[in-house]
Amino acid sequence: MIEGILIGLKTALSFQNLIMVMIGCFAGTIIGMLPGLGPMTAIALMIPITYGFDPATGLILMAGVYYGAVFGGSTSSILINAPGVPGTVATSFDGYPMAQQGKAGKALAIAAYSSFAGGTISAIFLLIAAPSLSKISLSFRSPDYFGLMILGLTAVAAFSAKGNFLKAMMMCVLGLMLASVGQDTLSDIPRFTFNNMNLSDGISFVLVVMATFAMSEALTIIIKGNDPSKAAKQISLTDLGSIKVNKEETKQMAVTIPRSSILGFIVGVLPGAGATIASFLAYGMERNFVNNEEKEKFGKGSVQGLSAPETANNAACSGSFVPLLTLGIPGSGTTAVMLGALLGFGIQPGPRLYQTNPDIFWSVIMSMYIGMVVLLILNLPLIPYIARILAVPRTFLIPMILFFSVTGIYLMSFNNFDIFLMIGIAVIATILRLYDFPMPPLILAFVLGGLMEENLRRSLLISDGSWAFLWDRPLTLCIMLTIILIVIWQIYNSYFKKKL
Amino acid sequence: MKINSVKIISLLFFVLSAFYLYSAHQIQVFAFDEGAPFNAKTFPIYLGYAGMFFSGLKIVLPDQKPIEVDPTYLEFKKTILLVLTMIIYGATILKVGFFLSTSLFLVFSYYFLGERRWKYIIIFSFPFVAMFMYLLHGVLAVYLRDPLLKYIGIMG
Repeated sequence: MIEGILIGLKTALSFQNLIMVMIGCFAGTIIGMLPGLGPMTAIALMIPITYGFDPATGLILMAGVYYGAVFGGSTSSILINAPGVPGTVATSFDGYPMAQQGKAGKALAIAAYSSFAGGTISAIFLLIAAPSLSKISLSFRSPDYFGLMILGLTAVAAFSAKGNFLKAMMMCVLGLMLASVGQDTLSDIPRFTFNNMNLSDGISFVLVVMATFAMSEALTIIIKGNDPSKAAKQISLTDLGSIKVNKEETKQMAVTIPRSSILGFIVGVLPGAGATIASFLAYGMERNFVNNEEKEKFGKGSVQGLSAPETANNAACSGSFVPLLTLGIPGSGTTAVMLGALLGFGIQPGPRLYQTNPDIFWSVIMSMYIGMVVLLILNLPLIPYIARILAVPRTFLIPMILFFSVTGIYLMSFNNFDIFLMIGIAVIATILRLYDFPMPPLILAFVLGGLMEENLRRSLLISDGSWAFLWDRPLTLCIMLTIILIVIWQIYNSYFKKKL
Repeated sequence: MKINSVKIISLLFFVLSAFYLYSAHQIQVFAFDEGAPFNAKTFPIYLGYAGMFFSGLKIVLPDQKPIEVDPTYLEFKKTILLVLTMIIYGATILKVGFFLSTSLFLVFSYYFLGERRWKYIIIFSFPFVAMFMYLLHGVLAVYLRDPLLKYIGIMG
């Protein structure tokens, strides 16, 4: 393991890769700060650029963007009470009141230190957990993988839909349908191409992710332009106050950070849970742990109330890489985008990645950590300047997002058809967003579609067409029972519980 | 059962799934693959049924919190104009070239979204695209097709 860490460090600390981390953190912070645009959009916008680099450099850039965007999301939560991503909603509970009290600089510094500490602790967990899990996951067979993929989709649908489980499941099916367009991988038989040559290679992952996230988010912002509930409250972005944290506050953070990190990491590892649930759970847990005097401060600018969700959401980000790197199954929308990018580089994450490409495996883990260090060094002094980005008018911001999306696809295919297809998918995604149809399950399903079909093919061929493979092995049976429980619980919760 | 927009979308999804299922049955597989436990149409057939099942449930089961979007708050005009501009941009980018089509796309998009400060509109269109092209084509060596600039002799 030590050798692997050194290989990873060597790759991640090369001059080119350090520059990439810096660019990634900076670009990610700016994109993540803009309300409505989160890490998924930030990574999606970067994918076409990363394909010009070698895999390690490309992944390092994306890791920087990822952490930068998470930090950027916290900045807009604290300064204008407009969380860039759902994972930073809990940050605004105490961060925004602190900003209103003239302590915006301090709130941002607490967020940065907590994120860094949460990320550091969870990176250590990741270093320990990932190789051991890789070894365990080598015993997994096709039926287990097939079951795990359905479990991942069901869990993401259950958690991301907030009571709209059926809508999320419909999005999963839509994602799988889009993934099935093009030639069948084994027989090369064209499917759903309608004799259009442009569809014979299938629909590009970058196209779908750009259309459903970057483009449709931009269009949603425009179409909701007159919605009074969307009006953001503005505080002064020029005078943020001191960024110094005093002894008492440091002591409070020192108690909060370890427990929130552990909780965040564990929640992050679970498929579908992710940073949002981790941050809310950590906030609730912290409120139960503190004394009555501190409890009163929660929601009014509590240091621990701000530190807990910030630590947990960063820890969950690292945790979500565990199933991706060890099983090849992304547990969240963001890691699904990362998986798509890895597949684009010709890398198949999974238990064998640790053995076949140790340099990539370790450099991704190490670069994530270096990304956090760079984020702290680079962003903290720049906070007052970066905050002014929030003042960029939407009249310039939206066309820029659309321009980067169209250019991304144009550079990949030099094909009008792909641009029109992307616009079409973006328009449909915008309509679906208006009615609360979640997009992360769609993208997760799109990425997993090919792998799911492959594992189902193997399982059915081995069992000679019998579906008994779903309950033959205890592990597969456990996975299937969990899926059934989630589905029944979600449908019961959404439609019957309140009526009884 | 009360009809709302979500139910209509679910109904459309049901129809789409039914069409997908029909198309899945039409996939021509090799003769020796016809009776195999798994062939090119097996997975799509299950997907079609899954789509019909979930959308069917959504149509039939009552909505606890129905979402209705108030059309008076929606900016249809701006959105449609922007989508049309994107379509024209997509249609012209190959023939007219990256520089002119992108710059014009940005100018029109800024204008349609309500920007009237021409100084900024110009700065963030033509010079911005030129800088972007230089970064991509000149520094990162990413190929950019631009027949117009090639004809003038600016691009190699």
